[in-house]
Amino acid sequence: MSVPRELSYTKDHEWITEGEVATVGITAYAAEALGDVVFVQLPEVGAVVSAGETCGEIESTKSVSDLLAPVAGTVTEVNQAVAEDPALLNSDPFGAGWLIKINRAGSDGELLTPDAYDELTAG
Amino acid sequence: MTGLGASRRSPLHVQHVALGAQFTDFAGWSMPLRYSSELAEHKVVREAAGLFDLSHMGEIEVTGPEAGRVLDYALVGAIGSLAVGRARYTMLCHTNGGVLDDLVVYRQAERKFLVVANASNAVLVRALLGERAHGLAAEVTDRSAETALIAVQGPASAEIVTAVTGQDLTDLKYYAGRPAVIAGHDVFLARTGYTGEDGFEVYVAAELAGAVWQRIAETGEPLGLKPAGLACRDTLRLEAGMPLYGNELHVGVTPFDAGLGRVVRFDKLGDFVGRSALEARTHTTRALVGLAGKSRRSPRAGQLVKLADGTVVGEVTSGAPSPTLGHPIALAYLDHAHADAGTQVVVDVRGHAEPAEVVAVPFYKRSR
Repeated sequence: MSVPRELSYTKDHEWITEGEVATVGITAYAAEALGDVVFVQLPEVGAVVSAGETCGEIESTKSVSDLLAPVAGTVTEVNQAVAEDPALLNSDPFGAGWLIKINRAGSDGELLTPDAYDELTAG
Repeated sequence: MTGLGASRRSPLHVQHVALGAQFTDFAGWSMPLRYSSELAEHKVVREAAGLFDLSHMGEIEVTGPEAGRVLDYALVGAIGSLAVGRARYTMLCHTNGGVLDDLVVYRQAERKFLVVANASNAVLVRALLGERAHGLAAEVTDRSAETALIAVQGPASAEIVTAVTGQDLTDLKYYAGRPAVIAGHDVFLARTGYTGEDGFEVYVAAELAGAVWQRIAETGEPLGLKPAGLACRDTLRLEAGMPLYGNELHVGVTPFDAGLGRVVRFDKLGDFVGRSALEARTHTTRALVGLAGKSRRSPRAGQLVKLADGTVVGEVTSGAPSPTLGHPIALAYLDHAHADAGTQVVVDVRGHAEPAEVVAVPFYKRSR
């Protein structure tokens, strides 16, 4: 399963855009593994998050997963549409199913290139 | 991703791959978890019908003049008195009364029973039935590898199964089974299931499973039948309030703890394994109850159930958002003092105290 080439990824299956204000979501691979997402808990706008730390929850019929912040910073926006309709995470994880925007501050966590993420999820 | 480590494949694996299934490793079997969306598959079973592959289940044949006696001794139920063509839900217990597996037993002929075990327990059930048959004139044979199991579950299932078998099913009662022919092949057709819906289970030789699956799928499609995976099976069974081995049932509980004391037949003739321990353990301190969650986070297995003041009164054994009801549901063992319907509790869901109410099970009951 190949992923968008313009994004960076984490080992925990988040994707993140470049730039000072970064958009964050979870990958199609993660969404498929979770199954139908039924509940998403996102941080408040203004919340300060640290790279690699929990900032939300994603619940499917079968299980709950933490949303980990890929980078440190301040949350500037959360996707209300996905909070209201969590199925967007399954139908369009790289688009309408984005989760939060973070104003980068401090160091990023370990980010993977698209190739490295493809390798991680291959097979 | 998932399923690659599983060593055993269903005889229907090719069909699942063609249908685009996502696989999961289940008790060493690579089985279809979902084909599309488990919520859609759940809905199809409630509104039309779902087609399931349950070939990972264990099928153990007990035959011979004393087969009924063997099962009466080995299991807690009254099996030897079962009429030919009928089935019974029962349990295999440890000598200490703990549950080793829950089973469905069919009497296929006067001297022939089919014992259906959970996949994870099939080897143990086979071994213990063999051991407990010792000295009696009966043979215990594991038929799991050569048997496929296909289920058709949902309100449209009777119409679909009538069409594929040509049988009038009005006289095939719930928990009954008989021979049938599908796509020219002999099968054993039972009206049993695990979804809370009317439904049928088809036992067929592994090498014929593909043809039988295909015929049912094609015949059922115009009636709304769709393939359904194990993910929706779990939410269906939970809505139906049915216990799951490994969650509600395990060797640490007796059938009485699970509220299933009715399956223990002290009135049957002769001794049975676990009898004396179970006679001493009919009194329970906890009850298995239903919880209806009042927030969006679902209680999950292992989470603690508390009173508003923080006192722990029990533990969740299964939980999920109910696709049919639209709110979380769970099964939990609670202290008797707090097990009455209407009791308000909170569940510690990953550090959040989520409110819930004790309710009667099943959570969902089909209209007949």
